[in-house]
Amino acid sequence: MTDRGAAPPGAQAGDGAILRIDHVTKRFGGLVAVDDVTFDVKKGEIFALIGPNGAGKTTLFNGITGIFPPTAGRIVFQGREITGAKPHQVAAFGIARTFQNIRLFEYMSSLDNVRLGQHCRMHAKLWDSLFKTPAEHREEQRVTDRAMELLQFVGIEQYTHIYARNLPYGSQRRLEIARALATNPALLLLDEPAAGFTPQEKVELMGLVHKIVDQGVTVFLIEHDMKVVMGVSRRIVVLDHGEKIAEGTPEQVRRDQRVIEAYLGTQH
Amino acid sequence: MKRLLSRLGSILERDPRKDPNAVVFLLLTFGVIAFPIAIQIVTRGSGSFLISQAADAGVYVLLAIGLNVVVGFAGLLDLGYAAFFAIGAYTYAFIASDHMEFTPIHQAIHIPFWIALLVGMFAAAGAGAILGAPTLRLRGDYLAIVTLGFGEIVPRLFRNASTWTSGVNGISALDTPALPIWLNGPWSGDAFAIVQNFKIIDPLAYYVIMAILVAISVVLVNNLRRSRMGRAWMAVREDEVAAAAMGVNTVGVKLLAFSIGAAFSGFAGTFYGAKLSLVSPENFGFTVSITILIMVVLGGMGNIPGVIVGALLIYYVIFNILPGLPQQASDFANSIGATSLNSPSGDWPGLAGEVQRLKYLIFGLILVLTMLLRPQGLLPSRQRAEELQKGVHEDTTIEDVNAEAT
Amino acid sequence: MVGSLKQARIAFVEAPIGRLVNLLVILAVLYVIFILAMKVVGQGPSYFLQILTFGVANGAIYALVALGYTMVYGIIELINFAHGDLFTLGGFISVFLLPIFGLDASKAGTAGIILPLLAVFIVTMLICGAINVSIERVAYRPLRRAPRLAPLITAVGMSFVLEGVMFLWKGPFNVPYPNLLPTTGFVIGGATIGVKDIFVIVVAGILMVVLALFVSRSRLGKAMRATAQDQDATELMGIDINRTIAATFFIGAVLAGAGGTIFGLYYNTMVFDLGFSAGLFAFTAAVFGGIGNIQGAALGGLLIGLITALWDGYMESTWTQVIIFAILILVLVFRPTGLLGMRVPEK
Repeated sequence: MTDRGAAPPGAQAGDGAILRIDHVTKRFGGLVAVDDVTFDVKKGEIFALIGPNGAGKTTLFNGITGIFPPTAGRIVFQGREITGAKPHQVAAFGIARTFQNIRLFEYMSSLDNVRLGQHCRMHAKLWDSLFKTPAEHREEQRVTDRAMELLQFVGIEQYTHIYARNLPYGSQRRLEIARALATNPALLLLDEPAAGFTPQEKVELMGLVHKIVDQGVTVFLIEHDMKVVMGVSRRIVVLDHGEKIAEGTPEQVRRDQRVIEAYLGTQH
Repeated sequence: MKRLLSRLGSILERDPRKDPNAVVFLLLTFGVIAFPIAIQIVTRGSGSFLISQAADAGVYVLLAIGLNVVVGFAGLLDLGYAAFFAIGAYTYAFIASDHMEFTPIHQAIHIPFWIALLVGMFAAAGAGAILGAPTLRLRGDYLAIVTLGFGEIVPRLFRNASTWTSGVNGISALDTPALPIWLNGPWSGDAFAIVQNFKIIDPLAYYVIMAILVAISVVLVNNLRRSRMGRAWMAVREDEVAAAAMGVNTVGVKLLAFSIGAAFSGFAGTFYGAKLSLVSPENFGFTVSITILIMVVLGGMGNIPGVIVGALLIYYVIFNILPGLPQQASDFANSIGATSLNSPSGDWPGLAGEVQRLKYLIFGLILVLTMLLRPQGLLPSRQRAEELQKGVHEDTTIEDVNAEAT
Repeated sequence: MVGSLKQARIAFVEAPIGRLVNLLVILAVLYVIFILAMKVVGQGPSYFLQILTFGVANGAIYALVALGYTMVYGIIELINFAHGDLFTLGGFISVFLLPIFGLDASKAGTAGIILPLLAVFIVTMLICGAINVSIERVAYRPLRRAPRLAPLITAVGMSFVLEGVMFLWKGPFNVPYPNLLPTTGFVIGGATIGVKDIFVIVVAGILMVVLALFVSRSRLGKAMRATAQDQDATELMGIDINRTIAATFFIGAVLAGAGGTIFGLYYNTMVFDLGFSAGLFAFTAAVFGGIGNIQGAALGGLLIGLITALWDGYMESTWTQVIIFAILILVLVFRPTGLLGMRVPEK
């Protein structure tokens, strides 16, 4: 991760908020999955979204990335409204994501998965691809180098030429992060990156998240495991039944009465 | 040129045990060069018909390579592929014959073959884009049905709009393709001479041109497969949502695959019309689309050499084995004394007649049995082999771990 | 920048070019309807009534076939290309059964045909059901977890297998179907409504009502609806998915078999590849009504039957198929959920 290249177009410091969720609501038929939620993610931080099962966390991610656009409200990224933009446009603006139930391209090698991630940062046109022009050749080389770099960065370079489906579980999660980083994002959304991890793996993952932030990428993660969240993020928003019930530092959230109720009430 | 040589070198260097495709490519190249020579030797110089037929087979090879981009690379089922074939052929008929004189235009158009080839290609690609743009947003199986409908509409359109297409009679006496320059020599029974505006009538000339066109297509499609686009197609085929989230414009890349497939079909159609010098609406029905699909499926979806072998094999079966089979069957029945089999009675049309009717069943069985027993085809691409054998949804380990976690 | 994004928010059909296309399509459809209306008025009401009768009878048959498409698609999201050929097979089987049950042209129109004909119907429907269940078991079930393309291609192959079998059996010729039903009818408003027409509409209607009741009331029907919603969850509830899916194929084929028999009795001729275009018509009907939706299939069938009859009756019949397939494409492009909406959400 030496050279991150040019910042995505339209990057600006603004008031420090890289992502603004502004009164976002998502309904599926009669069900309100996300109910009038508002918060900011600040540039350069590790921000966490927590909440019990079915609180609407993934739905919110799907709303941000354009998979299921919100029913109401606005999503502003780097000072520009991206509500309702298509998923591939969102990726091009500089938001990358991983999925709760790992969605790798299982029959592509790890290398190809990461190279695919750079799709929207490549310039080869049909003509270049057809005739393997020198420009295309150079670009492929560059993309391959960058992919190798990313595989190394997340620590799975030994699986470069292995099909994604044949990787061990933990490495698949890492590969997904590498693939997301390949899109050269300013904001990385991680959907339960530590799900199914052993305590040891969780510690390693926290290290990786810190490394990513050190590269200048803002990290916004959903996590179930309170320990991971408390250890890694400075600011937390808690969702329950689609509503925001708390926001603040880990300490503040931990002491919040509604949060305790939400967790004790549903989980234990 | 230098890169071409190095490419060839890299094919030779690859360990053939690891890459059977390289062997198939080499065998095919050798076969294409050796075929006309061998035919002429075996038939003592009267093999023109077979060489001409081989050039026709080349048309199907082109079609199969094109459909492979759609079905094999991007994973879209196109059941109306023959429609683009028809569009290519009719485009050539319109712009390279006297036909337009008999339509309301009253003015014959004669565009040179090589330009017409491009026009036919772009006409088909355009039709593909117009059809694909709104429909590729839909689910994959809807595309199958939309293309099926389109494939039924286009030949009927050509048949019914008889003011423009002379209907069921089709359009005949299309221009003979010509090369701006050609070298005469002993192979055509002449002395060495450079000829200008050479009319392509000789089957061997067709064969050579066809072989070159196929070779170019193989190189180009192979380049595409290993490019940014090729990766995007694979990704879309495997997981559209993930591909979109990684910045792939899924509708765009699908549309490109669909249009490239259509372009191939139009290209092949133009060549087909020019060689036959005739187009008729009857030549572009559903069975043609299915024939090409069978070639791709049997050969090995996604694998270029596999698809070529599949095309040649199916072509041979349909145009050489099946037509001779009824006669052989009735001869066989006679030779074993079961002559009663050959006499028609009731619903039984006689053995020859019954064998003649086998085509549909054979087509169907090839498709069903291939998908059930060897979905990766005869010569699979390594990737598609695993994907089709093990199934995409079989991600048990991952789901188990998740279940424990939550 | 924000402006371009706003445009990106707008789906294809709503974009400026798309809006123009929408307008042109609507204008074209209105123009066609106008021309048709002029001709209808010009030809007088009795001819129109005649065409309508014909259209409803025709539509009832399409509806029966469309139900099979819609049920199978609803439950496993497979376009069962072979379904149209099962319809033809139903006709072929029943024409084979007629003499066995002592039915031939000499008994045409007598009251004695009712019971044997009922038997022919039931046996044909059962055979078709059994064949379809076997096809599902052999050709589709092994591919249930395979990529979507695989079962789709297999279904196309299965369609060719069925056509191939019928081709071997009867050849490329039209197969005559004895004219058993009374050829009499009632004259209403100058149009003749035949006993045949009434027979088709009544039988198809009864079958459809029985099906609707079955799906909404019976245990199996509930299992079907549950499976269509979520296979895994249904399995957890202790419902046998395989049996439920097999039952769906069985019911679809039963209706197709009945449809084939009715078609034979109505038109008195069959041909081996009838199922290709009839199947495509029926599929269009299913999509038109909203695939996965049983009432939709019935409505779609009726509409397709009427459109076919109107076009055949007033315009050039060589264009009828083009019109139907154009409707198929237009519906999928502009309203993929059909008239009554899909029961299965788009993923």
